[in-house]
This record gives sequence, structure tokens and C-alpha cells, in this order.
Amino acid sequence: MIDLILDRVQGIPEWGLLTGLGLLALVAPFVAPSLATQLAFLWLMVVFAQTWDVLGGQLGYNSFGNVIFFGIGCYACAVVQRDSGLPYYEALALGLALAAALALVAALVFGAALLGIRGHYFAIATLGLGIAAGEIAAGWSYIGAGSGLAMPLYPGALGSRELFFYFVMFAIATGCFFTLRWLYGTRFGLAMNAIRDDEDKAEAMGLHTTAIKTIAWAISAVFLGLAGGVAANMLGFIDPRDVAFSGATFGVWMVLMAILGGKGTLWGPVIGAVIFHITKELFWTYLLGWQRVALGLLIVAIVLFFPQGIMGWVKARQQSRAVVTP
Amino acid sequence: MIDNLLLLLQNPSFALDVVLNGLLAGAIFALAAYGMSLVWGVLNIVNIVQGELVVLGGYLAFVAMGAGVPAYFALPLSAAVMFGVGYGLYYTVIFRVVDKDLFISILATFGLSIVIQQLMNTVFGSDVRSIDTGLGSFYMLDGAVTVAWIKLIACALALVSGAALWLFLRHARLGQAIRATAQNPRAAHILGIDTGRVYAITYGLNGALCGAAGSLAVMAWTIHPYIGLPYTVRSFMIVVVAGLGNVGGVVAAGLSLGALENVAGFVLGAEYQIAFVFALMVLILVWRNWRAARRRTYLS
Amino acid sequence: MKLKFGALVLMAALTAAGSVRAEDPATIRLGAAVSLSGKYSTNGVFTRNGYDLAVARINERGGVKVGDKTYKLEIVYYDDESTPARGAQLAERLIQQDGVKYLLGPYSSGLVEAMAPVTEKYGVPMVEANGAAISLFRKGYKYLFAVLSTTDQYLKGAVDLAGSRSADPSKLRIAMAFENDPFSQDVREGVTEDAKRFGMKIVVDDKLPPDLNDMSATLTKVKLLKPDILIVSGHEKGAETAVRQIADQRVNVPMLAMTHCDSAQIAEKHGKIAEYTLCAAQWAPSLSYSDELFGKASEYAALYEKTYKEPAPYQAAESSAAVQVFADAFARAGSLDPKAVRDALSQTNMKTFYGPIRFDETGKNVDKPTILYQVQDGKYVVVYPEKWAEAKLRTPTPSWDKR
Repeated sequence: MIDLILDRVQGIPEWGLLTGLGLLALVAPFVAPSLATQLAFLWLMVVFAQTWDVLGGQLGYNSFGNVIFFGIGCYACAVVQRDSGLPYYEALALGLALAAALALVAALVFGAALLGIRGHYFAIATLGLGIAAGEIAAGWSYIGAGSGLAMPLYPGALGSRELFFYFVMFAIATGCFFTLRWLYGTRFGLAMNAIRDDEDKAEAMGLHTTAIKTIAWAISAVFLGLAGGVAANMLGFIDPRDVAFSGATFGVWMVLMAILGGKGTLWGPVIGAVIFHITKELFWTYLLGWQRVALGLLIVAIVLFFPQGIMGWVKARQQSRAVVTP
Repeated sequence: MIDNLLLLLQNPSFALDVVLNGLLAGAIFALAAYGMSLVWGVLNIVNIVQGELVVLGGYLAFVAMGAGVPAYFALPLSAAVMFGVGYGLYYTVIFRVVDKDLFISILATFGLSIVIQQLMNTVFGSDVRSIDTGLGSFYMLDGAVTVAWIKLIACALALVSGAALWLFLRHARLGQAIRATAQNPRAAHILGIDTGRVYAITYGLNGALCGAAGSLAVMAWTIHPYIGLPYTVRSFMIVVVAGLGNVGGVVAAGLSLGALENVAGFVLGAEYQIAFVFALMVLILVWRNWRAARRRTYLS
Repeated sequence: MKLKFGALVLMAALTAAGSVRAEDPATIRLGAAVSLSGKYSTNGVFTRNGYDLAVARINERGGVKVGDKTYKLEIVYYDDESTPARGAQLAERLIQQDGVKYLLGPYSSGLVEAMAPVTEKYGVPMVEANGAAISLFRKGYKYLFAVLSTTDQYLKGAVDLAGSRSADPSKLRIAMAFENDPFSQDVREGVTEDAKRFGMKIVVDDKLPPDLNDMSATLTKVKLLKPDILIVSGHEKGAETAVRQIADQRVNVPMLAMTHCDSAQIAEKHGKIAEYTLCAAQWAPSLSYSDELFGKASEYAALYEKTYKEPAPYQAAESSAAVQVFADAFARAGSLDPKAVRDALSQTNMKTFYGPIRFDETGKNVDKPTILYQVQDGKYVVVYPEKWAEAKLRTPTPSWDKR
């Protein structure tokens, strides 16, 4: 049965799949307007998982600090909206531009400093950086310090806010998807994989490994920054440790979703994000008081029994069948 | 900031107080860090659930004392029970991550940590708990320097357990088995060491160390179900700085982390205390990498 | 195909996650997201207990009469895990997916701050009892009502007491140690303003990280600079840590004031070393307020203690009062239309066991004062304002070698 479905899916041309899903995503908020915000968060999760996979999956560098760029995006956008004095949409646009720009700069700076560090110490360094960033934001009174920042109210009609942010978030997620899809097909994508497979050899071949890693990180940072700016507006309030630089929630989830779907694949993080988000929401609704126990057990189960992810599982299944059928 | 620094320099006895209290706090962190270093070195697992084990140890001591057990007995009791908890945890979850990527172990133990957090919240309630040992403090230099007895005891205990751990690993039969397994599990296995049992005992030992650290934490400070993370990240940082399998290094790193943190809190203001510690850790890693890279260049 | 199918399953699952339960015609459903886990969970539970107690009592008495029909009350709960990100999502979810038309507030200012924009957008009235930050009431929200006194009131009494007792208040020096979260930082702002009014000088101004449980560095600073007043705010953990470490380090200050010490039970847990401490509180069982539903304040406290086997904290009392305010507004509105209920809420003028409640145009309760307890002989005794004082303030606090 499963194999049958897998075969059917494989039979559909990719453009057909993309168009179908795209159309579904476009009508979804109109069909179920009460779910618009939930679905917008779903797209946020998709962005999280995809951008994490650039370094974690394609390059083999596990980062626990990607949430920094999200946080920078939150604050950059919020400060512009607070201080620029522009009308709402102009301020939002400018804020998002600055969010992306600052996240990019931060990725270049941190990348140059940290991406020479190999293996697990890189993961540790990014973890430390994430915590430090949250604490510094919590001490800096220009951006509200520990009190956080409240975002301006959306000026449109009732119900239009959800749709507006849904489509903005959807645009970021699809933009991210197609950018990465293109990127993984280029020589640059191959160079990334070469570094993952054997960094020393890649270096010996003359690849500028640190530059490649830094650029890859910067690309994911831009999308995270944009997502941060939009998410801040969706949430309406930024807290330094619990919203912007929340390593223990968003920071860990992005890793888990990528692993669940399958690291190092294009579709894996997307599928992982969708499944993780829905499961989490169901836990929160039906397991009040035990939801974190359930989530924790889910995390343990994912990494113990499913470390190769859904895409990895599908691939393994196909390979085993290929051996059996002559 | 400059004012605070001047204040400290002009009042050396108070500066001593800040440093001393930091050192003593660092000793409790070092105790938890031994365990993390052990688990990391032997099982190759970054144990993110460390802080939750510390807090759980604290709750056990709290419950024991509530039932009338005296403080000096509550601590070993909590450590003993936590040995069992660690041992059991190994055979339920941890054994599955031993031969996996370090990264997998980080996520798996993170998952465990949120499970334990919420279970503690359900079982022990969310109130802030502390134990008053009634030991009081002693005062030096006109009362400028205050040392709580419990913190001093904690420090002594941390040093003694460090020494005991070192002796155990060096001379005891089991300790040697642990070291052998850490160095080469395959070879150890071939030579007839039951590596699975060694891993379980190591993780149990980690639990016991966390139990002791937690009992001291609840006597010196306060605990609640969600306070585990600071212990995890500090142990982590201590081990990263000290390097693996280096008990002396853990003591030194733990004590200096505590002292530095307290001085930073005083000079920069409490709001930057944690940021300072982590920024420092990142800088140490970057600096180490830079030094290693330079060495590589010279070699080529 | 599978992916498309998967997407459909997704939609179905999300719909199920927010399934609208069949509405019983004779109940009014109130929504609430409270902190049942995370750093505010102690107070989150108090909040829920308070809500539940009032709902149970109102339903016992037959419910709420709206027009000519009687309704029972029911609360839909979620756990916001003490994080604003979750809070904002849950407010939206309660309104959009569960179809709740009236919200009870969460615990803490940060959470209210996150949820208020959502309720405002949907025109859903929210009566909250645990978000005191004054900044909430400067944003022009029309659907937000708070039964408690705002943060600027919390420790005003302590500064007033010190200022009015001193021959030259401008000579007084204040040390402040506030947790770095929205609530305590807002209290800090209030204290800073009061200090400015008297011309007092602030000599220590530390922001304690929420997961720090050691404030010895700050206290050493206090010891060195010898201020006249030390003010601490950091929920239960802050109160507990401060009381302990001040005694441990023998920090001598003539006046020590803090928040949350009654819910941290400092007098019960720490006995003698907690003496002389001033505690800001919204309510006390000894106050002479009363209403029909619960009777006197002391009777409410007794009922709470009987139900939950612990003394009644003010966090629970104010939460119960929030439910009473809603019930009163439903009855007066004579309709369940959120707009009508909102208008009725804005006209609220009632006496409760928790104190008088009347909202100004920003939605904060302007009729109820805050009080200051002092720990005297192991008991929390009201010493401020004068009108409610049960005993005289014991001041200054003697130095540790004389205690």
C-alpha cells in the first residue's frame, strides 16, 4: 500500500506537484479563515526547517544558533516600525528590508569568526552565541530590554490581518524554497556537498571552504531575518528570550523538523515542518498539562528511531525494493 | 560600569567577598561538571539533561528533609537515589544514543530534559523551594566578607569528590575499566569488559554527582522545576574550557567561571552576567580555533 | 498525489485541533490561557484556582441572568507555558477556533502585553487580573480591563513611607534590584518616578536575569554603598533569594521592600530573618471589603483554603474578582453581544470582596488601592495605607548584630 502510494507520488511530475500544492496553499486561508494564523505559523516552521538544513543538511555543519538571525530580524523590523514615523506598510517594508540586511551582515561576521571551527565545537559555539544574543538583547534598553517590545497594531479591517501575514509568510517560504532549489542545483550546491562529505579534500581541491560556508549561512540568514520581522508582527510582542532568541523552542524545533523530514534533501525539511507543527498543535490541544512530556518523548523518538528522517526512510525502502525486483 | 570597577578596587575586602562567593558558587557548578565531563568522555554524549538531574537531586533532598531526614544524610541519600535514576535512564534511553552522532545525543537528551521538567512540575509543584540548613555564615574583615557555611561545605565536598573521582578512575578496578572503555570501547569489549555495564555505571555516577550538586544547590540557593538550564549550560561551558577527562581542569574552570561571573555581574551589572559568560565561551572557542589554524599554516 | 493528500490531512487535523465544541445554549464560555508550566506556573495555578472558584460559586448560585435567561459559566483553558509567543497564538486560537467571545487574562504583564493586541483586533473583551504593567494602559486599548492596581502603585507606598518619615527625603539613597522581565521592569519605572518626586538618589540599579538564583554580587554592592532603602522585585524566586541572602550576607538596610513575598511565604519559611520586610500586595484577607457572592474578604480566604488546602494568595483573589466583573457585566448588558458586554464593562462600578472596582477610560481599576504588609512577629500585617493599617510600621530595621 505504502509502496503503491510512493510510486504514484513519484509518477507525478514535480511541476504538477508544486502547482497543486501552491493552489492549495492559496485557497487554504479562504476555505478555513479561522486557521489562517495557524497556517502562517506553519509556513514559519517551513522557513525554519529549510534554512537550518542549508548548513545542517547540505554542509554538514550543525548550528544551534540560527535563531540569532530570526531574533535580529524581529528587533530590526520592530525598531524601524517604532521609530521611522512612516505609515504602517512603508514602515513594515523598510523594516523587513533592514531585518534581512542586518541578518545578512550578522551572518557574514559570525560566519567569518565561527565557521572555521569544525564539528561539534561549531554547534557549541553557536549555542553559546544564541544564548549570549538573547541576554544582550534583554539588557539593552534601546530595544526595550527585559520588558520586550510591543508591535504597532495592524491598520486593516478585521480579519484582513491574518490573511495579509499569511500571504507574506507564504511568499517568504516559497521564495526560500525556490532559492534553495535553484542553489542546490548549481556548482555552489555541489561545492557545499563536497565540504560535507570531506572538508579537507574539498579544501585541497582548491575550494574556498570558509567563504562557501559563510555565503551559505548568509543566504539562510536573509530568509530567517525576513521571517523574524513578519513573525514579530504576527505575534504582536517581542520578548528577548522567549520570542526573538528562543533557543530552547524555535532554535531546537528547526533542527528537529529538518531531521524528522530528512536532512540534506529539498523536500525533507518541508515535510518535517508540516508533520511536527501539526503534531505539536494536537498535543497542545488534547494533552493539556502533559503536552511537554509528550513533546519531549516525541523528540526522543524522532532522533532515536528516525534519525535518517522520512525522506531517508523512503529512499532506503526504494533501494531495498530495487534489490528484490529484478 | 567604571564606577563599579573603581568601587571594587577601592574596597579590596569587598572585592575579596565578590571573588570568594563566586569561587564557592563555582564549586557547585564544578560538581555537576565532573559528571558531564565523565559522560562526555566515556559515552561520547553531551548530556543536556544534566541540569534537570541536578534539580531532581535537589528535590529529592528537599523531600527527604521534609520527611525528617537530617541534612548531612539527605545529601548522600539523594546522591544514591540519583545513581539509580541515572542507571535506569541509561537502560531506557541513553544506551540507544551511545554509538550515535554527538548531535543526536544532544537532541535526545534535550527531549528528556523537557519531559523531566514537566514531570517535576507535576510531582513537586511549581513553587520555589529551598532548604534552610540553619548553619548560618561566618564573617571576616569587619563583616565585609561573608561566607555561608553551606557554601564552604559545598566547596570542600566538591574538591573531595573531585579527588575521590580522580583516585577512583586511576586506581580502582572499575575506574580502570571506565577509562579503558573511554579510550577504546571495542578493545575493552574484546578484553572482557562488559562495556554496557560500564556505560550504565558511568551514567549512574553522573546521576550521583548531580544528586550531590542538586542537594547543595537547594541548601545554598533555590530550585524550581525550570531552573535546570543554567546548570546544564555552565557544566557544559566548564567542560568545553577544561577539555575532556581532566578532573583538575574541571575544578579550575569551575571555580574561575564562578569567580569571573560574579565579578562580571558586579562590574557590568547583573543583566550582563550570563551574556558575559557565553560571549566568553564563544571567544575562547574562536581563539582556540584561530590558534590551531595558525599552527596548521606553519606546518604546511 | 500523496503530498496533496497529506495537505488535506493537515487541514483536517488542524481543524480538529481547534474543533468547535457543540455549544450548550445555556452556558457562557470564557477563554483563558494561563501559565500551567514554565517560570510563572506557581502564579498561573493561583490564577486558574481563582477563576475556578468564582465560576463554581456563581454556578452554584444559579448562574448569571442575562435578559430573561439564566446561563452557567464555563472556562476553556490552555497552557501558555509562560511565554508570550504561545500566549498570542492561544488568544487567537481561543477566539478563532474555539469561538470564545470573552477572555479572562493570563498571568503576568508580558503575557497580557502579547494577548491584548489580539483581543483588541477581534473586539473581544478581556478582563484580566494579573497584568499590572502601566504601559498596558497607555496604548489606548478599548477591550482590555484590569481589576488590579497598576505596577506604579506596587511599591509607591514604600517610597512614600520612607520619604514622609525623613526630614530631608532628597538625602535618601535607594538601591534597586529588579528581575529583567516586563513586570519587574515596570515596577522599577514606577519606583524611579516616585524617587524622582522626592529627589532621592538611586545608587544601585541592577536587572537580575530571570534564571539567576544568586544575587550576592548585587548585595555586596548594596553593602558597600549603604543605601537607606533596598527594593527588590522578582516574583517568588526573587523574594525568596533576597530574604535568604540578605540575612546570609548581613546586609544592613533601614528599609527593605519587595513584591511577591506573601506568595513566596517568606515569613512561614524563613521566620526571624524575614522580619521587618515590607511586601507589596494587591489584597489581604484582613481587609474589610465584602460582597454578596463570597462574603467578606476573610470568608473568601477561608473558602479558598478549604478548597485548595493552602492560604489564599492575592493572585487568586483578583482572578476571582475578574470573573465576578464579567458576570456583573453580562447581567447589566442584558445581551451576549461582545460590544454590549464591553460597554457594560466600561460602566462597571461594583464592590467586591477584593475591593471596589471601577474602570477609567484606559481600562484600569482606579478605585482600589494597593497595600503594604510588613512581616511582624511572623505575620503579614498591613501597615500602609493608613486607612487599612493594622499596626504601626516598625522602622528602621535594626542592624543584624542587634537582631
